[in-house]
Amino acid sequence: MSDTSATKPNVLVIDDELQIRRLLRAGLEGNGYRVLEASSGQEGITQAAQHPPDVIILDLGLPDMDGIAVLKRLREWSRVPVVVLTVRDREEDKILALDNGADDYVTKPFGTGELLARLRVACRHALPATDSPIFRTGDLEVDLTARVVKLKGREVKLTATEYSLLRLFVQHAGKVLTHRQILKEVWGPNYVEQTHYLRVYIAHLREKLEADPAHPRLIGTEPGVGYRMQAES
Amino acid sequence: MTEPERPNPDVLLTALQKEEARQKHGKLKVFLGMAPGVGKTYAMLEAARRELTAGRQAVIGYVETHGRKETDALTEGLELIPRQTIEYRGMTLTEMDLDGTLARHPRLVLVDEFAHTNAPGSRHPKRYQDVLELLEAGIDVFTTLNIQHVDSRAEAVRQITGATIRETIPDTALDGAEFELVDLPPEELRARLAAGKVYVPESARAAQEHFFRPGNLSALRELALRFAAEHVGQDVLAYRQAQGIADPWKSGQRLLVGISSSPTSAALVRWTRRLASELQAQWLGVYVELPNPLNDDEQERLNRHLALARELGAQIIHTSDADVAKGLLRVAREQNVTQLVVGKPAGWRALDLLRGGSLLNRLIRESGHIDVHAVRAEGEAPLFRRPSPVRFNASNMRGYGIALGVVAAVTALNGVLQRWAGYQTLALVYLLSVVVLAMFVARGPTLAAATLTALLWDFLFVPPIFTFRIESATDLMFFCTYFVVALAMGHLAARLRAQQAAERRREQHATAMYLLTRELAQATDFADLLAIIIREVGKAAQADVALSLPDENQDGSLSAYFTSTWAMAEKEQSVAAWAFRRRQPAGRGTDTLPSAEGMHLPLVAGERVVGVLSVRLRGEAALDTNQRELVDAFVRQIALVVDRQRLREADQRATMVEESERLSKTLLNSISHEIRTPIAAINSAASTLAAARNSSPAQVPWSMVDEILEATGRLNRLVGNLLNITRVESGHVKPKLDWCDVADLIQVTLKEIEKDMAHHQLAVEVAQGLPLARLDFVLMQQVLTNLLLNAAAHTPPGTRVQVRAATRDETLVLTVADNGPGLPAEALPHIFDKFYRAPAARAGGTGLGLAIVKGFVEAQGGRVQGENQPSGGAVFTVSLPVSKPPPISPEGTL
Repeated sequence: MSDTSATKPNVLVIDDELQIRRLLRAGLEGNGYRVLEASSGQEGITQAAQHPPDVIILDLGLPDMDGIAVLKRLREWSRVPVVVLTVRDREEDKILALDNGADDYVTKPFGTGELLARLRVACRHALPATDSPIFRTGDLEVDLTARVVKLKGREVKLTATEYSLLRLFVQHAGKVLTHRQILKEVWGPNYVEQTHYLRVYIAHLREKLEADPAHPRLIGTEPGVGYRMQAES
Repeated sequence: MTEPERPNPDVLLTALQKEEARQKHGKLKVFLGMAPGVGKTYAMLEAARRELTAGRQAVIGYVETHGRKETDALTEGLELIPRQTIEYRGMTLTEMDLDGTLARHPRLVLVDEFAHTNAPGSRHPKRYQDVLELLEAGIDVFTTLNIQHVDSRAEAVRQITGATIRETIPDTALDGAEFELVDLPPEELRARLAAGKVYVPESARAAQEHFFRPGNLSALRELALRFAAEHVGQDVLAYRQAQGIADPWKSGQRLLVGISSSPTSAALVRWTRRLASELQAQWLGVYVELPNPLNDDEQERLNRHLALARELGAQIIHTSDADVAKGLLRVAREQNVTQLVVGKPAGWRALDLLRGGSLLNRLIRESGHIDVHAVRAEGEAPLFRRPSPVRFNASNMRGYGIALGVVAAVTALNGVLQRWAGYQTLALVYLLSVVVLAMFVARGPTLAAATLTALLWDFLFVPPIFTFRIESATDLMFFCTYFVVALAMGHLAARLRAQQAAERRREQHATAMYLLTRELAQATDFADLLAIIIREVGKAAQADVALSLPDENQDGSLSAYFTSTWAMAEKEQSVAAWAFRRRQPAGRGTDTLPSAEGMHLPLVAGERVVGVLSVRLRGEAALDTNQRELVDAFVRQIALVVDRQRLREADQRATMVEESERLSKTLLNSISHEIRTPIAAINSAASTLAAARNSSPAQVPWSMVDEILEATGRLNRLVGNLLNITRVESGHVKPKLDWCDVADLIQVTLKEIEKDMAHHQLAVEVAQGLPLARLDFVLMQQVLTNLLLNAAAHTPPGTRVQVRAATRDETLVLTVADNGPGLPAEALPHIFDKFYRAPAARAGGTGLGLAIVKGFVEAQGGRVQGENQPSGGAVFTVSLPVSKPPPISPEGTL
């Protein structure tokens, strides 16, 4: 993390599997995190209240209560970033978690590198927004005050909807956004089922912004869940 | 500018439904005339020819030209459906071939003489019923009709012309019909008649001159004009409602007409229907059952009147009361009736004084806010009410026998008693016997005994004895008083008994209904319920019973439940099927196929018909009103119970399916969790190790770490496959269809399995402008992954693997082709089987990949096939039905 402060960031791991907790602890502590553990949903909520962590890793398959319920309870009073752990073919769980305030998800089995990347993004979004209204990633430059989009220094013309879509991605760069969240933000609450709009405009954006629209790098597809804009500048 | 009044949604919905029903329904066009000979058939044929010229098909179902040349000429060129011939008592009659016409199913069919009565043995007694069936089948019909045959106008025509109209059609048969008035000035019609151009049957020649009098014709013409005008009015009303124009009619009117066995009742019913249709009001027909029973003639007439009212669209209500006025007013208040129709009394009756005025007077006095119409109506039979004829049937004979016996015994007793008692006392003994007798026998025997005892007393005991002469004034007074008292006592006692009998009958109904309900409530399941129904109805109606239910496949076929006590012949089954389809009773005692062995009653619950109850009475008699009413009540109750039970069973089934789904989902989740957690641990550990590659000493065997990672990946995929095949096998694949960009789908899939395909040459070919397809992205990703991994596993490194996507008329075609060795011929039929592995396959596969592909594709309504290309190599083709995505409005750039 760029703003290395004196205190290491606290991460709370809520998972009932001892082995997973042990592994996470090893991986995370080796990368500059301090790890707190909870083996059940109830314990997790208590821990989060007593020692407010900087980020939470939450397993959705908990023995005492549904992971989504834990998430909802947390969100009643806390805006701490939450990264959810799920198994692969449970897209509906991922969507449900994201729509209920989770910041991201990692699919089991996961690599440590992937998890660390997700944690970094989640923590950054929890920080107050930077002063710079200019967002850069790869060849793309978006000036949010002037509403100007540049690719390799050349201005790109976008329609109003394309721009709103891009702005949403830029504001949540590195984070996964569900179809529902995007449709609601860009088109309005009446459009949350109209996924064809989203597909068409994503294709438009990729056509205009990607170097190779057939192999997009900027806006990635999260199968069955949504889209994610690449964050690294 | 004023905003137009918004249509009431309910009214609008009804209008829409009507419109819809009309569209499915055939349209009826009636060529209406005032009298025979105005040229209705001619006009109808001309209209049909116009349709033909306009390119619309029109065929003749039945047209009677009476050999007139001009009319005959018009039929030329129109297709003719051959008539059906019916043999009846040595005569050969021809009728329209209803089934032939239905089978031919033309767009428009011409059927002459709407009011015609069919030959006995036809499906329906009346032709209009044939026409209604044609309309229901969606066939348009042109027909002809004279005003005199319209039920609500028949009475008026009779009054005008004096001719009795036998063939009438209910007004309801004309609902929704379009009318074309075929008009001819009376003088011209008479001229045509004189010229012999009007066909009049031989039997009616005598009446002809009277019927076609100029005065009659003018009146008939006015009647026809008015009828046509009223019906145009109805169309306008329907139109106004559809257009949201406020209803100018008084709303909320409810009419009530008292129905009795009186011959004038039919005319009253027609009058009320006319008023009701003019007011656009609902109307009720009410029969007040009086304590004294009706004789057979009266009962028969009453049934006819009730049936007429029902046909004309009245809601029928039965009630019992000792006083007609009270009964009518009670129902009127219960039903919020606003107008009441009764007949104008023909004369003055002494008895009315006793009751506090005539029926009409009392109605008017006690009706409060209800308007009362007193309508003069003429009966169709002599107006005098015939006294109930004394019938000498078996039970009466017994009554007379008993009366005679009692009279003889008491006379003998009096013979003994006269030694001690005076002859006047003996009269009291006689009186006592008459009163006692009245309690046990009917009115006839009681009155006979009263008369007989009076005469015997006079003859045997009043001096001078053995003569009928009475000498003293006291004796005369005594005799007269005795006579009157005995008669009155007899009469009162008989009335009491009749009242009791009516009470008993009602009680029997109630008990029967109660028993039925109780038995039905005891049913443990659907099968039990059906068996109970068959048993109970059989017991109550003393009949053989069959209960037919629609088959599971919903193709409209019926099958009788196996405990049915009546094994119906094929003909009866077809009658039952008809009743089911048309939701109308059929068979014996009804208007449809009355020659059938039994009566078939559809079980209608709300909008649905749940089955047909068929009843064959043991013995010859048809059901009387009393039994029929009971059966109707039974049928209503049964329909409700059957429907409820069926819904409950469906509900239970759904709950069971849900429960099993929930269980299997829980199981899958827990397996998924249990197996994947250790895999996750291994993977996480190995990847942590691998990440340390750059910073750690070189002697760590890094290749081993890579091996662990690869094996973990494979194990994870295997678990995924096992879970997926379990989902496919248990039928729990529920695709979440969503608009997908197929190019994106292919791109995401390839990216994920990049490593596995590293040794193959991949080529992607997506058709230009491929539209969005409604698919389950995740399932399709799995399908593509499995197909690609399959290709990679069964072809040597360096093989070309090509992915293509294109749409071909409403179908998305995805192909994965390779130029490898191709599929072994013996494997071709089995490649999609579970756990099947091609004979020469490399070790390591599970034989699940393609089975999952098939399951997932089929769950989305698609097909997959694998074959060898002519140019070599295998090709797998996935075809999925797709529809066009909804349009997106374009917009300009910023």
